[in-house]
Amino acid sequence: MAEQMTGAEMVVRALIDQGVEHIFGYPGGAVLPIYDAIFQQDQLQHILVRHEQGATHMAEGYARSTGKCGVVLVTSGPGATNAVTGLTDALLDSIPLVCITGQVPTALIGSDAFQECDTVGITRSCTKHNYLVKSIEDLPRILHEAFYIATSGRPGPVVIDIPKDVQFALGAYVGPQSQPSHPTYKPQHEGNMDAIRAAVDLMLRAERPVFYTGGGIINSGPEASRNLRELAELTGFPVTSTLMGLGAFPASSDQWLGMLGMHGTYEANMAMHDCDLMICLGARFDDRITGRIDAFSPGSRKIHVDIDPSSINKTIVVDVPIVGDVNSVMEEMIRIWRSRTNQPRTEAIAPWWKAIASWRGVNSLGFTNSDTIIKPQHAIQRLYEATKDRDVYITTEVGQHQMWAAQHFHFNEPNRWMTSGGLGTMGYGLPAAIGVQVAHPDALVIDIAGEASVQMTMQEMSTALQYGLPVKIFILNNEYMGMVRQWQELLHGGRYSHSYSDALPDFVKLAQAYGGHGIRCSDPAQLDSAIDEMININKPVIFDCLVSKEENCLPMIPSGKPHNEMILPNTADIGSIIDEKGKVLV
Amino acid sequence: MNANLLPTGSAYFLTQQTQAEERHTLTVLVDNEPGVLARVVGLFSARGFNIDSLTVSEIEHDKHRSRITVVTVATPKVLAQIKLQLERLVPVHKVHDLTEAGNAVERELALVKVAGVGESRIEALRLADAFRAQVIDATTESFVFEVTGKSTKIEQFVALMAPLGLVEVVRTGLAAITRGPDGM
Repeated sequence: MAEQMTGAEMVVRALIDQGVEHIFGYPGGAVLPIYDAIFQQDQLQHILVRHEQGATHMAEGYARSTGKCGVVLVTSGPGATNAVTGLTDALLDSIPLVCITGQVPTALIGSDAFQECDTVGITRSCTKHNYLVKSIEDLPRILHEAFYIATSGRPGPVVIDIPKDVQFALGAYVGPQSQPSHPTYKPQHEGNMDAIRAAVDLMLRAERPVFYTGGGIINSGPEASRNLRELAELTGFPVTSTLMGLGAFPASSDQWLGMLGMHGTYEANMAMHDCDLMICLGARFDDRITGRIDAFSPGSRKIHVDIDPSSINKTIVVDVPIVGDVNSVMEEMIRIWRSRTNQPRTEAIAPWWKAIASWRGVNSLGFTNSDTIIKPQHAIQRLYEATKDRDVYITTEVGQHQMWAAQHFHFNEPNRWMTSGGLGTMGYGLPAAIGVQVAHPDALVIDIAGEASVQMTMQEMSTALQYGLPVKIFILNNEYMGMVRQWQELLHGGRYSHSYSDALPDFVKLAQAYGGHGIRCSDPAQLDSAIDEMININKPVIFDCLVSKEENCLPMIPSGKPHNEMILPNTADIGSIIDEKGKVLV
Repeated sequence: MNANLLPTGSAYFLTQQTQAEERHTLTVLVDNEPGVLARVVGLFSARGFNIDSLTVSEIEHDKHRSRITVVTVATPKVLAQIKLQLERLVPVHKVHDLTEAGNAVERELALVKVAGVGESRIEALRLADAFRAQVIDATTESFVFEVTGKSTKIEQFVALMAPLGLVEVVRTGLAAITRGPDGM
């Protein structure tokens, strides 16, 4: 006979059976039974956050740096609504999360009870799937099913809303299936072999090929990164990646073009525009990547590998769609390529590499350094140089600093780069860093931040202190919401409406107030020693790096322009570039 | 290939629409669990798809399966997205495009209330007979007709009733099924 226990005990037991070691949460009336069950065990460690949004981003950082599912526990009403931003973030970036929300007792649902909200209604469009558990009999199945759905196929967030009476109810616990399956949800893992063969045929004939890779490679696991490297070596083709895919292919490789897209390198974007074969692996032709879509890579054939069939032909119509797990598809590509030849197409694509070399010569990430004021790009470069030989994980907030980090911090391994790509959530980086540090207590975890973003979730400093998590917050402080200011310069005649960070706190004192360590640096000559100080302190640090205020993040594909019309560094008067049609775009 | 460079001056998704919109009838087989209809309808509204008609009912009570028939108007590219997005919903078993399959029978039922006396009342009854509509309620000054058929037939019947004292109409939305021996 199956073991009898309460719903709350089932939640804890199911999490343990799913291999969960850490959960991020905040208690409240409707989850008290689950918190009581947590209190009475010691296998599962609970991290008490300061705001539920923080819990979701921590779980995202945890998930993305480990490949495991992140778990969040929040109460009903405001607990659930505060989690919505993080759930949406996880949906857009395909991060596996299970979020358990408390709910008012079933008898009170719909009565506008205290701390009641329609959690499944609110989260329906920002989760991969969600459940309201009305009966204890359904609870164990749903708990395990949620993990299966969150982690398989295209990963995403799953919400389980559990009314308080179900948490108290007694029922029979059932453990997880060894081979989970679902009657209607069946992700497709193996790609169609004819399509893969057709793809390799195109690759064997390509003269101007490019691998366009994305977060799907990271989500597919470390083996996918290894296979990408092998495939690149085997073919000799250049590789570029989206923001979400950084680290899957080593930035130190000669075949690496840098990131592509709106703030990608000139060589990556020109290669995308001029290629004759685009091999898209685990990316989704997001609007930050494509620019103007009717002028997107006009002369290329396109291969698209994606585990989500709805990503195929959504924005860009492709020639060879392959639905499947990118890792297994790459394995087949490698096998088929090997069956035809053991040689990369070095000679055939030599002119292509020559063209790429000329684009590289533009030095699109160049900037004019200064010895009187710290340039933000320089600060990232120095941070990279100081930490590259360490076990380092980088998270970011959203804005100019995020793009500079993507451009100037280089990643050679997957799961080392946590950033909010799809949703662009300011306030993501600090809690994400805390989640990463929970998973990797001995690693160096740095949140590259902006002074505006970081204030959105600054309260999580307190969480970092409570659990002894020595995260480093490296603020590129330009006293502006920099990307907003840049767009106002581009589009609105330099009228900086509400983009100035006024009344900033003293970040050094703020760090001290939380019990952390504060550093301020404004002198380029002091930067290296200040960074060393930050790295060597074993507690949370806020580094207030005062940088030049009106630096623009370049290069940039302006709104409404194709890949081959980038704004390059040192362009004067960027305010005259975008036309009326481009101005309506985001 | 995506090489049809159009001189639209457009940007991002504002490309000139080159495909004509088509009306398609989709059948969606789902688990009849709480919220499933909200998922389907929410998907259409969230992604800006159209719903012209929607019919839903449980068809296998022991398995809790419901069948949703939805009529939508979209370009072929968007139609493909609608189907794929529907298939992505966890409780969805199958999505079948009956219009694409090309051999579906489609029926709709309407109840039409007409009030009047004298010549228009007689004319309403005569037209109802021509449309094989049943009288399911009658008073000395009104009828309720039940009419079944293709949507176009219902449209036509309602249009004819308008000058004869049409009071109100209720329609079930479309039910559709493929011809021949095979299921969906």
